[in-house]
Amino acid sequence: MAKPSLFSPLKSARFLFKKPKTLRYPFELKEPAGRYRGFHLNDWDTCTGCGNCADICPNEAIDMVKITELASKPEEGKKNERPQLDYGRCCFCGLCVDICPPGSLRLSRDYFHIHFNTGSFVFLPRDEKSEQEKFLPAEKYSVLKASLSHRKQDYEGFVSDLDYALFEPERVPMPEVAPDERKLSFIEQVIGYNREEAKKEASRCLECKLCEEACPAHLKISEYIQAIYEDKPDASLRKIFEDNPIPAICGRICMKYCEDACSLRLRGESLAIRWLKRYVSDTIQDYKTALEQSFKTPSGKRIAVIGAGPSGLSVAYFLTLKGHYVVVFDALPGGGGMIRIGPPLYRLPLESIDKDVNYIASLGAEFRFNTKIGRDISFQDLLKKYDAVYIGTGLTESRSTRVRNSEKCLKALEFLSDNKIGEQRTVGKNIIVIGGGNVAMDVAREALRLQHMQYPKHHVMTKAVSLESWDEMPATKEEIEEAKEEGIQFHPAWGPKEVVLDNDGHVKGLLCKKVKSVFDPQGRFAPTFYEGQEMLLEADMIIEAIGQAPDFSFIPKKLFDQLKFTKFRKVKVDKNGMTSIQGVFAGGDIVNMNLDAVTAIADAKAASEGIDRFI
Amino acid sequence: MRELELYFGPQHLGMVGNFSITLQVEGDRVLKATANPGYLHRGFEKLMEYRTWIQNFPLVCRINVVEPDHIEMVYAMAVEKLANIEVPERAHYVRSIYLELARVGSHLFGLWAYANMLGFDTVAQWAMYHRDLVLDLFEELTGGRVYHIYIWPGGVRRDFPKGFEDKLVNTLHSIGGCVPDYDNTFFNNRLFYNRARGIGKVTREEALAWGGTGQVLRATGMQYDIRKVEPYAAYDKVPWNVPTREDGDAYSRIWVVRDEMIESVHMIFKLLDAMPKGDVYHRVPNPFKWKIPEGETYVRCESSRGELGLYLVSNGEDKPYRVHFRTPSYPHGLTVLEKTLENASIADVGNIMISLYVVAPEIDR
Repeated sequence: MAKPSLFSPLKSARFLFKKPKTLRYPFELKEPAGRYRGFHLNDWDTCTGCGNCADICPNEAIDMVKITELASKPEEGKKNERPQLDYGRCCFCGLCVDICPPGSLRLSRDYFHIHFNTGSFVFLPRDEKSEQEKFLPAEKYSVLKASLSHRKQDYEGFVSDLDYALFEPERVPMPEVAPDERKLSFIEQVIGYNREEAKKEASRCLECKLCEEACPAHLKISEYIQAIYEDKPDASLRKIFEDNPIPAICGRICMKYCEDACSLRLRGESLAIRWLKRYVSDTIQDYKTALEQSFKTPSGKRIAVIGAGPSGLSVAYFLTLKGHYVVVFDALPGGGGMIRIGPPLYRLPLESIDKDVNYIASLGAEFRFNTKIGRDISFQDLLKKYDAVYIGTGLTESRSTRVRNSEKCLKALEFLSDNKIGEQRTVGKNIIVIGGGNVAMDVAREALRLQHMQYPKHHVMTKAVSLESWDEMPATKEEIEEAKEEGIQFHPAWGPKEVVLDNDGHVKGLLCKKVKSVFDPQGRFAPTFYEGQEMLLEADMIIEAIGQAPDFSFIPKKLFDQLKFTKFRKVKVDKNGMTSIQGVFAGGDIVNMNLDAVTAIADAKAASEGIDRFI
Repeated sequence: MRELELYFGPQHLGMVGNFSITLQVEGDRVLKATANPGYLHRGFEKLMEYRTWIQNFPLVCRINVVEPDHIEMVYAMAVEKLANIEVPERAHYVRSIYLELARVGSHLFGLWAYANMLGFDTVAQWAMYHRDLVLDLFEELTGGRVYHIYIWPGGVRRDFPKGFEDKLVNTLHSIGGCVPDYDNTFFNNRLFYNRARGIGKVTREEALAWGGTGQVLRATGMQYDIRKVEPYAAYDKVPWNVPTREDGDAYSRIWVVRDEMIESVHMIFKLLDAMPKGDVYHRVPNPFKWKIPEGETYVRCESSRGELGLYLVSNGEDKPYRVHFRTPSYPHGLTVLEKTLENASIADVGNIMISLYVVAPEIDR
């Protein structure tokens, strides 16, 4: 190569006459890019305080701190904690943004903070929604004053994007029997996860434990999910049994407060916690070898439990483990209580109930089925013979609409229990179910199946009439959806006026009136109707499913008068689960307002601790 | 004449970062040079054993301040290989474009250092300005100017923002338009020729024996580039050349750098044309539960300094069991530098060191 010229560099002399490229800060400013990773912003309204940001931070720059001003209004699925940043540690990588389930944590384009006090670099990020005085519009903002408390409005930088989130927002789909197939029999609708599906679903858990706070029985959810992920169903079952002795039942019909609190639900689908519990209980054939539970030495104490429903079963389980001798009485021929007759077979097969009940029986609890207190044994006898009595009878009486001729209607529990434990009923071809709750959905869907089984190839119809409109219906959304898929016809916001009979006294139809409103302004149940707007729905069978009430007829009048009730007509118990009668404890639907299995378990857990202390 | 021991760095105007060489000199001749790494040691490899797979991703880039991107790339490649993660097609293109942009930025920074060292302040300022334009592009794409934290296991962290392609093309055109100015003022400057010609000469055999890669090897006429030898990302999808020179001295190395920059810009244009549409990220497992099956792997890519390798061992846990980086500056800054400094003039020590393209943080990980 030839030697280069000595003079060629002189050509660059023309740059002497060009404008300089240097920005004259602060008079000339450079706008940071749209994705700039600067100081944090956090929307305190959507932030759940789940702490995933603090967990993922590689520099441990984020601490979750208790916020006293939030403590007064703790919402479901939220903690009163918010992330606090230490800008001496933060590296602005934005992993906290990509893991944030609600997407409340974002990075802004602000990056100036100059201060002689190092403490000011420890900072609770909020945004203009809650700290208007710190986020200024362009005309009030000055770069010379820029700091963590003098920032620009609308200055979002690096924000969360679901496509690039570090969590999986979508659930592993649950295999189900198709509506057209399932409505022809009582085949269980949900098929259940297999091993791979369960592991994959379990891998979505972020371990923020919001679910554990929401669960009435406070199951150690994140730990048993982790065990599923590690393919250790035995370990998972042991974790579940610490707080819940009926996983096969709860894994199917739990009201899953946990899933409503799951942080993944905010921008995706919540973790299928209930189905994962079901997977564990279904996978393990023999609880006994998997659990290897040890007992305390027998105490010689005897406890009577009335009712073998979720709360009675749980009390029996917890007290048996403590070394006490427990006898469970139930009028039904098997365990489960209302759970045995209530949920239809396509949701909760009897084998699943028996699996849980048999395990508790195998631990040494004695079950006396077909034994009704007050009929076969008197309540006073129990009080005399046992050291403590637990009442977990639940709500066993169906309420009636009490409209004209309503005595011609069937009651929900009669209908359901006959199908489960008695003779299968002959149903009509045209059925009306009154009610908009989960029990009404169960009744309607069960009736539809019976229709299809009893009148194959005939035209059959099941209608659901409810006072509540679509939005007010107390049944869960998925129940309503599934019922619609199966062909149930809904008539929301219609109230029953009269059951119409034909000349022979048979049911001919239901006269309905249009509902104006169901609740009064205070939120109490007080339906009002439009005058003159009426409709006759034809039917040859009407089932009332408008709620249940407790039956305390087994308690002698003298004792019953001692029993105190709350203003909601619930049995009043102290923190040990004891009623106002010494030595008599209670739990489940007769005590709590939730009316579900997992709350009954929570009551039972508290009561069994109380009973243990009492005796 | 008396022998003297002279310390070159860590506090020295001619030193690139926190690194030092002990020189034994006689007059202005270097008799023996001993490189002293350790001043900047931050223990990254050990640190990584205590961080989860995803937490390591914002960490690795800090191993090399000047071009963090290739370190991100080898880390992502190694994790993807161990965990068997597929990367979407478009992500390969985005990664290649991003890495070539990083190469241009890094070479401009190197040019600044080299020109500065030789006293070509004008060229140094141009290079710095043009690097800043590249950093603007990075800021637009990734949200960060220096540590981009962009290539992560499974793909890249975000797709191109709206209008980014145009901005990229325009910026590269405006930098490319200045190549004649650079040539006139620097590459075809007689002063540069005189200062760099025959300095720090390495033969091909020596380069191979001492672990030289990148410009050190290509300046001896060997067409060795990992992007060609063992193509990764989208480097096998478009045609491109490996620039080489024959003489193995500082002059040849800097010319290779120049040619590479131009080749990179051309490659970006080709990649942009060929780039498919689609996703740029396949979701990796939940970071709190992510365990990578037992195994070990060695992956390598061509950083702007030479072969960058990563040896990664997983024992089935949520954190790496052992990490080792093979950084190109390590052999260049220790072996090759010590050898080439023998018999050099004191005035050329910085010259040789920068022409070898040594970045101190890469040596002291």
